[in-house]
Amino acid sequence: MQPAHILHPRPEGLYCPKADLYVDPTRPVPRALITHGHSDHARAGHGSVLATAETLAIMAARYGPGFAGSTQVLAYGEPLKIGEVTFTLHPAGHVLGSAQAAAECGGVRVVASGDYKRQGDPTCAPFEVVPCDVFISEATFALPVFSHPPAEHEVTKLLASVRMFPDRAHIVGAYALGKAQRVMAELRRAGWDKPIFAHGALMALTKLYQDHGADLGEVRPVETAPKSFYAGAVVLGPPSALQTPWVRRFPDPVTCFASGWMRIRARARRCGVELPLVISDHADWRDLQRTILDTGAGEIWVTHGEADALAHWCGTQGLNAKALHLVGYGDEENEAGAAA
Amino acid sequence: MNRFAALLDRLAYEPRRLGKLALLEDYFRATPDPDRGWALAAMTGALSFKNAKAGLIRTLAAERADPVLFGLSYDFVGDLAETVALMWPGGDARANAALSLTDVVEGLRTTPKQELPAVVAQWLDRLDENGRWALLKLITGALRIGVSARLARTAMARLGGRAPDEIEEVWHADAPPYRRLFAWLEGRAEPPSVATIVRYYPPMLSHPIEPDEFDALDPADFCAEWKWDGVRVQAAAGRDAGGARTAKLFSRTGEDASGAFPDLLAGFDFDAVLDGELLIRREGRVQDFNTLQQRLNRKTVTPKLMAEFPAFIRVYDLLALGDDDLRALPFAARREKLEAFIAQHPFAPIDLSPLIAFKSWDDLAFARAEPAGAGAGVDVEAVEGVMIKRRDAPYLAGRPKGYWFKWKRDPMVIDAVLMYAQRGSGKRSSFYSDYTFGVWTEAGELTPVGKAYFGFTDEELIELDRFVRNNTENRFGPVREVAHTKTKGLVLEVAFEGLQRSTRHKSGLAMRFPRISRIRWDKHPRDADTIGALEKLLGAGAAKR
Repeated sequence: MQPAHILHPRPEGLYCPKADLYVDPTRPVPRALITHGHSDHARAGHGSVLATAETLAIMAARYGPGFAGSTQVLAYGEPLKIGEVTFTLHPAGHVLGSAQAAAECGGVRVVASGDYKRQGDPTCAPFEVVPCDVFISEATFALPVFSHPPAEHEVTKLLASVRMFPDRAHIVGAYALGKAQRVMAELRRAGWDKPIFAHGALMALTKLYQDHGADLGEVRPVETAPKSFYAGAVVLGPPSALQTPWVRRFPDPVTCFASGWMRIRARARRCGVELPLVISDHADWRDLQRTILDTGAGEIWVTHGEADALAHWCGTQGLNAKALHLVGYGDEENEAGAAA
Repeated sequence: MNRFAALLDRLAYEPRRLGKLALLEDYFRATPDPDRGWALAAMTGALSFKNAKAGLIRTLAAERADPVLFGLSYDFVGDLAETVALMWPGGDARANAALSLTDVVEGLRTTPKQELPAVVAQWLDRLDENGRWALLKLITGALRIGVSARLARTAMARLGGRAPDEIEEVWHADAPPYRRLFAWLEGRAEPPSVATIVRYYPPMLSHPIEPDEFDALDPADFCAEWKWDGVRVQAAAGRDAGGARTAKLFSRTGEDASGAFPDLLAGFDFDAVLDGELLIRREGRVQDFNTLQQRLNRKTVTPKLMAEFPAFIRVYDLLALGDDDLRALPFAARREKLEAFIAQHPFAPIDLSPLIAFKSWDDLAFARAEPAGAGAGVDVEAVEGVMIKRRDAPYLAGRPKGYWFKWKRDPMVIDAVLMYAQRGSGKRSSFYSDYTFGVWTEAGELTPVGKAYFGFTDEELIELDRFVRNNTENRFGPVREVAHTKTKGLVLEVAFEGLQRSTRHKSGLAMRFPRISRIRWDKHPRDADTIGALEKLLGAGAAKR
């Protein structure tokens, strides 16, 4: 069995001919398997969608209940046979409900990992290593300059700044799905017990996380109030709100941003960030390498991001690797990193 | 290094000018000599190490990192010092504290060349990421923390409640680590004395004029000159206390540029300070900026270079004559003295920037549109507009309102097709922000005609970056070839200041100062301009010129 007969790239996304199914297609298709709810992977308008219950809930929250012709829940670890191919989903540790898709046929297993991370995250199930023959990896942060410090470290930095400037509000730009809720959970872990304020655009998904059991404490929407009300507050908002008049309602705001791109000074400075927080939901350079070796795969396909660098490293390890250069992914992180 | 590294780090993330000034002032107050002086030198570009340069960093990185991964990382980050600081395996902040900025500067200055790589590598092993970044920034010299030399000197001036211009005037009397300047500002010593007339005066700058401003201005109150497309300089010469002749050429920011222009300095046989434009003249014609740049770009000045690119200064103001500071005089009076001065010094490598005769603003608008016929003659290629100066304007440092105006010529505009993109450096780092664009040949193919890396907004950059990533057809190292057929591709409206024949470009044309003025999402590539349209612009320019 050639792995390419199980999955191969097409302009729409990774395609499984034997099951007539696409993984995370970027345009409407009859049958889609969705790894996670970020908008570059989960789009509306497919005929049928196969995903974890959490991912389906996220898609419904974002696009409305009619986002696909039909939906089917596949829980982590539960096998589903379509034609000759057996599919299973495994936690990817990226955001709530995120999954790697394993497709097995004729004794060959291909794992499309979607986006993933190895760092701990209190708001989602931890990454599971799935031994396989072909591992399909993203490469968003696949350069040796990217090493993500522990999230606790970055949140400690944020709280130290909050203590240092008790009269100012700290506005943290964080992507609405996953990053915002992770930052909230990390703040609670670090002992921050005051209400956390959130931009209206974050509230729906935050509630969804809470309904799924995330312990985020009291999260309050930002409301009209005198400036002084927000002195010493921690406020989360979508990255796009950081440079809008929305921030003017806060007292002398300190602009913060939680993203893996904050490693690069020029990126942080472009968005006028004063306090960069290197918190990412993607694997850093070392974790990408570790994961590839952990899976035992002899062949690595790289979907998007710094594919050339990761493929090159695989070559130095004697692994067969190719860059698929799939188009249309990674905009979630990019927009977050570029909001200006 | 801790305090210096923390300062650079905080400055890099402080977007507000006042915030930066406060950080700098605090640092200068809290940090003893000579550390603070070395920091000031680093921020004003006054530090340079003979043996420690960017090449040293490249060598160290090459010895330790996979060259392909290093290359891709550097391309992404767009800054050598930062790339290496991020890739280097870590030390800790305690080592930063143990190593002072002065230790590092002294080490970089005095360590013999062959021992330097080992010394720097050992420092890098000990320092934490921030310390490594600060050390490497010192070596490369390009700090990229959003602090200009002027801003650093302004913060320094605050130590003694002085005006920044007071510092600029005495700046050249001291050298790093500036103990005398700090002592003066802290009231512990007299100001460093600036010997003789050979000194730098902070230049007077102009405001762009808007069309609707003319109604409120009476042409009789003003003089006009050509705006020369060269490099603003100050030529200062005189005799020192011992009677020996000295001469200096200062850049607009007060940097000493004498070393690069020995041919000019040799002819500075006068006792005055002149303000003017550095230009190149060949066969009786003043050359365009592209030609001047070819001389500016060379590091070593050879007799061949000087013969090939003969420099001179076209002067338009006289700031000091003999022992007299003339800056308080009205422009018209200074101009009279300047004309007399030029007449008395026929052999100096200077000439007079002529005034443009005009009675009404319409006259001046005509001159601006047709400089060749209005007095610029064969020098037209070096004219980028007109300068308008009040007859009664004193010479004031900085950009005072209401005295000097610049009125640039309208840019030329074409529609071109995006062909290749590359990641940028500095603040555009990690985005595809350097764009090569082309126009159609008669054979129906695209030929590249230029490269632009600004003109777009931050939002447009994100859209352009996404377009490049989603429409990549080929990869050549860091360069991406973007789809560019008649029906598939992106049209960019490119504005530029001038067009010259060039043997260095495939199309035979070179643009001056090209930038993206609009993204034409609405146009098909086949609707973009042809090389014929560009040739026509060249023809039109030459006819005017």
